[in-house]
Amino acid sequence: MSMRTPLARVRGLGTAKTGTEDFWRQRITAVANIPLAIAGIVIVITLLGRSHAAVVQILGSPVVAIFLLLFVLSTAWHMRIGMQVVIEDYVHDERRKLALVMANIFFVVAVGLTSTYALLKLSFGV
Amino acid sequence: MAETKAPVERPLSPHILIYRWPITMMMSIAHRATGMGLYFGTLLLAWWLIAASSGPKPYADFQWFINTWIGKLVLFGYTWALMHHMLGGIRHLIWDTGRGFEPGEREWLAGATLVGSIVLTIILWLIGFVFMGGPR
Repeated sequence: MSMRTPLARVRGLGTAKTGTEDFWRQRITAVANIPLAIAGIVIVITLLGRSHAAVVQILGSPVVAIFLLLFVLSTAWHMRIGMQVVIEDYVHDERRKLALVMANIFFVVAVGLTSTYALLKLSFGV
Repeated sequence: MAETKAPVERPLSPHILIYRWPITMMMSIAHRATGMGLYFGTLLLAWWLIAASSGPKPYADFQWFINTWIGKLVLFGYTWALMHHMLGGIRHLIWDTGRGFEPGEREWLAGATLVGSIVLTIILWLIGFVFMGGPR
């Protein structure tokens, strides 16, 4: 029989203080995404008909690059949580769920980093 | 489980397949569906940025794709999905404050999400084509 108190045995095992973290982050990124998506749409609509040289120049300007970087990062975080919620809702096999949650994080990091890399390359012209 | 013979056909509780879908339920499902679409649509954004940063030839490839009818269809769908998901998100943020739950309000918000997303998409494409000449 254990000499430890019931409280000592459960301490640190639950989701205490971090259980609502994803819920909260989902709201932060949702609010951030409203102006950022509007800025992103304006940028895309303005640029789609332009030549490559013009696109490179405009995407490399600080304000445009910073808005798009914020959009990419906020979106990446937002969609990681969103897809994870969907996986957790519909996939009940533990191993498949774990694999998909992991694949989701890999996808989001890969897409987010790829876009970030491209934007930085356009800004710094390496 | 033992095999039992059901004596009479009893009515089942409402179920997703036999339910007359209320608009709030349809918009809830659409919110998820558009979220999933936007998730994979980020590949298009990443392609655009990588192509622009890689040089004129990769960028020309991207422009070629976006100008095919399937490319334009994908872009149009992406625009609508983004508008729908954004308005749906705003609806959820309103609900987060505890407002908008009265019977009429719920339906109004759900309907506004759908109508608003279609109107905004058409406006954006009109701006894109009329003032910007569309994707080339």
